[in-house]
Amino acid sequence: MYVVIAGGGKVGANVARSLMRLGHEITLIEQRRDRFERLEEEFEHQVQRGDATELFVLERAGIARPPDILLALTGDDEDNMVICQLAKERYSVPKVIARVNDPRNQAHFDLLGISPTICATSSIMALVEHEVPEHDLIHLLELRKENLEIVEVQIDRDSPSAGKRVEGLKLPEGARLISVMRDGRSEIAVGSTTLEAGDQVLAILEPGKEDELRRVLLRR
Amino acid sequence: MKALIIGCGRVGSTIALQLHKEGWDVTVIDENEDALSRLGENWPGSFVVGHGMDTDLLRGAGIEDADAVVVSTDGDNTNIVIGQVAQKRFGIQCVVARILDPARADFYAARGLRTVCPTKTAIDTLTEAVRACEIPKVSA
Repeated sequence: MYVVIAGGGKVGANVARSLMRLGHEITLIEQRRDRFERLEEEFEHQVQRGDATELFVLERAGIARPPDILLALTGDDEDNMVICQLAKERYSVPKVIARVNDPRNQAHFDLLGISPTICATSSIMALVEHEVPEHDLIHLLELRKENLEIVEVQIDRDSPSAGKRVEGLKLPEGARLISVMRDGRSEIAVGSTTLEAGDQVLAILEPGKEDELRRVLLRR
Repeated sequence: MKALIIGCGRVGSTIALQLHKEGWDVTVIDENEDALSRLGENWPGSFVVGHGMDTDLLRGAGIEDADAVVVSTDGDNTNIVIGQVAQKRFGIQCVVARILDPARADFYAARGLRTVCPTKTAIDTLTEAVRACEIPKVSA
């Protein structure tokens, strides 16, 4: 496939390198002269110098072919948003992925319909919560386009769901249990699965159903 | 009438002073506190220090009651994003954004953002000025 990558910092260069190793055709766009010169030694004609928010720079990089996917990986959120809007709406690039540098800007990406996005800070925070749970319901994954999220809940001895079969739980509409992890082994949750204290349960649900789910599983 | 001006450089500050003179209730936002000095010694309007990408700051500056929003920071892409946030999140009808790059100004104008491109104005004006020159014919 053909991939256009905007931003040749650590993230962009490593992604470019990885895609090339997999045999894909890429064009990397980098604005800064010092970075560009270093990248040129490695990527030769596959890196171009310029501001990827300028239409002629994108066009020179082959945006009009169009590429199968565009990756907006610069260190500037506004630039990434504009690059994605141009790619999708002007050049009909079928898929874009945007890097979010400041998690506070996530709402702006969502507002402009730019999805999927990837934010290192948010991913790290989700991992921290997963590794050292502070809350009884951990957000593992947000599926923005689907308007669903995957959460993890730890069942303990006092939980009303402990000892109950999944089919006997009054789960809120718009929520389903996916799997149960017990003693290091994971099983798909079916109606006959019985929950036990110590189980780590994965659930998929519509955002906003967290409180109802928490009430049914944990009564909190 | 309330106006919110984001970016208090040469352009933003002058618009703020002008609108104030015409009776508007003007609030100005800039990242840099020193930008206040561009509004003269006794700026009677409001001045908020912060970044226009910050939704809470925009709310605090009264964007929800604004009749007009002018986005005039020194970054084209910042102006494009803030302009769309004002339009789409806060439903402001009158949003004017300064965009120096004519190509991006056209693209976003076609998508319903009121863009003003000083570069294009300069090109047109200068071209017109050249056309208006009376070049003396060299006699043989």
